[in-house]
Amino acid sequence: MRHTIIAAGLTMMAGGALAQAPVLTVYTYDSFNTDWGPGPAVEAAFEAVCGCDLQFVTAGDGAALLSRLRLEGARSDADIVLGLDTNLTAAAVETGLIAEHGVTAEGLTLPVAWDDPHFLPYDWGYFAFVHRTDLADAPTSFEALADSDLSIVVQDPRSSTPGLGLLLWVQNAYGDRAGEIWEGLADNIVTVTPGWSESYDLFLGGEADMVLSYTTSPAYHLIAEEDDGYTAAPFDEGHYMQIEVAGVLANSDQPDLARDFLAFMLTGAFQEIVPTTNWMYPAALPAEDWPQGFETLIQPQTALLYDPEEAAEIRDAALATWQSALSN
Amino acid sequence: MAKRAQQLRPVDWAGAGLAALVCLALLGPLMAVMLRAEGPARLGPADWAAIRFTLIQAGLSAVFSVLFAIPVARALARRRFAGRRLFVTLTGAPFILPVIVAVLGLLAIFGRAGWLNAALSALGLGAIDIYGLGGVVLAHVFLNLPLAVRLILQAWLALPSERVRLATALGFSDADMRRHFERPLLREVLPGAALVIFLICTTSFAVALTLGGGPRATTVELAIYQAFRFDFDLGRAALLGVVQVAICVAAGAIALRAARVEAMGAGLDRPPMPWPGDNLRARIIDLLAIAGAGAFLVLPLAAVIGEGAVAILTLPESVWWAALRSVLVALASSALSVALALPIALFVAGGQGRGAVELVGFLSIAISPLVVGTGLFILVYPIADPVALSLPITGLVNALVALPFLLRALVPAARAAEATQGRLADALGMRGMARLRLAILPRLKRPLGFGAGLAAAFSMGDLGVIALFSAPSQATLPLEMYRLMGAYRTDDAQGAAVLLLGLSLGLFWIFDRGARVDAAA
Repeated sequence: MRHTIIAAGLTMMAGGALAQAPVLTVYTYDSFNTDWGPGPAVEAAFEAVCGCDLQFVTAGDGAALLSRLRLEGARSDADIVLGLDTNLTAAAVETGLIAEHGVTAEGLTLPVAWDDPHFLPYDWGYFAFVHRTDLADAPTSFEALADSDLSIVVQDPRSSTPGLGLLLWVQNAYGDRAGEIWEGLADNIVTVTPGWSESYDLFLGGEADMVLSYTTSPAYHLIAEEDDGYTAAPFDEGHYMQIEVAGVLANSDQPDLARDFLAFMLTGAFQEIVPTTNWMYPAALPAEDWPQGFETLIQPQTALLYDPEEAAEIRDAALATWQSALSN
Repeated sequence: MAKRAQQLRPVDWAGAGLAALVCLALLGPLMAVMLRAEGPARLGPADWAAIRFTLIQAGLSAVFSVLFAIPVARALARRRFAGRRLFVTLTGAPFILPVIVAVLGLLAIFGRAGWLNAALSALGLGAIDIYGLGGVVLAHVFLNLPLAVRLILQAWLALPSERVRLATALGFSDADMRRHFERPLLREVLPGAALVIFLICTTSFAVALTLGGGPRATTVELAIYQAFRFDFDLGRAALLGVVQVAICVAAGAIALRAARVEAMGAGLDRPPMPWPGDNLRARIIDLLAIAGAGAFLVLPLAAVIGEGAVAILTLPESVWWAALRSVLVALASSALSVALALPIALFVAGGQGRGAVELVGFLSIAISPLVVGTGLFILVYPIADPVALSLPITGLVNALVALPFLLRALVPAARAAEATQGRLADALGMRGMARLRLAILPRLKRPLGFGAGLAAAFSMGDLGVIALFSAPSQATLPLEMYRLMGAYRTDDAQGAAVLLLGLSLGLFWIFDRGARVDAAA
């Protein structure tokens, strides 16, 4: 422990020597800022143009990130929060901690229109059930999945953002019939895990035929592992989207720099990093500039998404439906 | 005797003071969360269902862990065989593994695509399904059986060899041994061991959800997660935290009442003797117990190692740095844990009616890591950057988490030492440090080594608090493993898991050496 303290002291002194450059603090989720995530490349690219010191602070996943902001309140050191999704933004805005960004979003390539004054998107994806390509009779809808004897692993909406996404997907696609769909799925669900990682590992270990993930997951296997054995099942009712966003904190001491970062986020320098590090679609990069391999992914015909306010309103009722349908 | 015992010596003051401090360190964060909450909270029907499920699964897990541990501990106490030390260390491994690694190991054996189902289908038999309450209990027994075995084994090994020799001279049969030695010692050790495991299982979250199969398998800890992450309802999170403490206190009170302290008489620390009343039936039972436990505990580990051993060679550099950080935190946390546990154990053992203090130690298992982490965050935030303190806080919390295990191992040994050597030391007028060093500490060597090793290994595998405070550059090994999983790098994550397993076992082995030297003699 003494070594840790000494190391911490040295780090602080080193930080003091560099203190001339303004520090821009970005709160994000864990996987964004690892050696394999977008963080290091984004930091290098932005520091090359901003004359500043970009620092990432990480906290769990998107939901944990929001909890962290709420705990810290107005005194937070954060200038930017990066990594909430549209299911969480209404709650974030309600805290009063998020300022309007004032950036004119240009060149967005999302499949939906964007006019949120508080948040700008940096990437997006469709939730989907991923399976091996040799799976016979992959289902084409939740109803077909429920009728089949295929096994799936999903995530708990109370502890993971993809789990919440699935909840809203079924709700959006089936409305009042959501409970019925969940009851039909009950015997297909092998288990429900606390987070995405556990689910995906169970799937890779052969515990289930399919796993709730993203349409872009097969791109990882294809590009990073050169394995084309994975694909996602296209569903006729459409696929719920996850749009990951960033916003400026109202109490930022670097509001101008923070806005510069949001504008930079939508430029090619940032956007080109996203697909093969975060394994999502870039939010402001035309399809012809996507990395090779992304053209092999399935293209859902219908994009499903609730407004942030709608998502916040129906969340509790959808959870209650899910709980009662799967607890019988 | 009673009069002497009630006089407070300096070591008692230290013990009582530290116990109070530990209490404060655990309940302070809970209070902090409660005070930050807006408005009163109440528990809904779903929360009551969670409490019910928590009690049921933790109760079953504790009962089965302890029941299966008895024959294994007895066999290990009675038998000498080649590789016994290795066996004892290896079978201890599940307890110190991060939960998800243990679960994946179990699934490799018992899962749908596991070895067992492959074998069953090859024989034309139906498949078994690990998901559901049965799977939760199976995983908890896998994780906690090693602890139960070691705690019970400590009690067996504490039998003075002089008394065993006397039993041999008197021609005790197997049944005589059971009646005069084994049942009394089990009566003393079982309630405490069951309590520890029950409490560990009450805060289970990832195991219960992953193997429980869905919302039915909601534990109190997951309800706290939901209150905090899904609803940001700090009041409800704190209230549920209080519920966990209440469960802990109630269970502790029952267990302490059930435990009967019976000193086994004085001994001179000679090495254990051959077991009186040994016969063929006893040998077969012991063989089955050891082989069964070995297969159950080691096969899943073998599966984990098989999956990840190759990947160790190509692990990214960041994983090695994370490993180094984890080892340093584990050493610090182990030292702190011993420094806290020893005075408290001596205080508890030093007089009648102090058993309640031991409960303080148990609080730290029952308190939700999420609530403690959040509470510490709230407390630290106004005065310092919690992220900069993430590693020291992790060390501190891990020390507190390990405390009950150390107490569990130390208190009976300290009581025995007081009851046997203490009287002699008093008669000789030994006081203070000399009394401690010459009369008491030598009797505590074995549980101390075991406890320190457990604390270190436990800290290695812990993910609880660091996840809340983590700075990107300060990840511990378990956290780095989760990050690899989150980045699709399953092979690297499996490699990191094997590294984690190796380091945890290594630390445990080094600390526990003292214990094993005696145990194997």
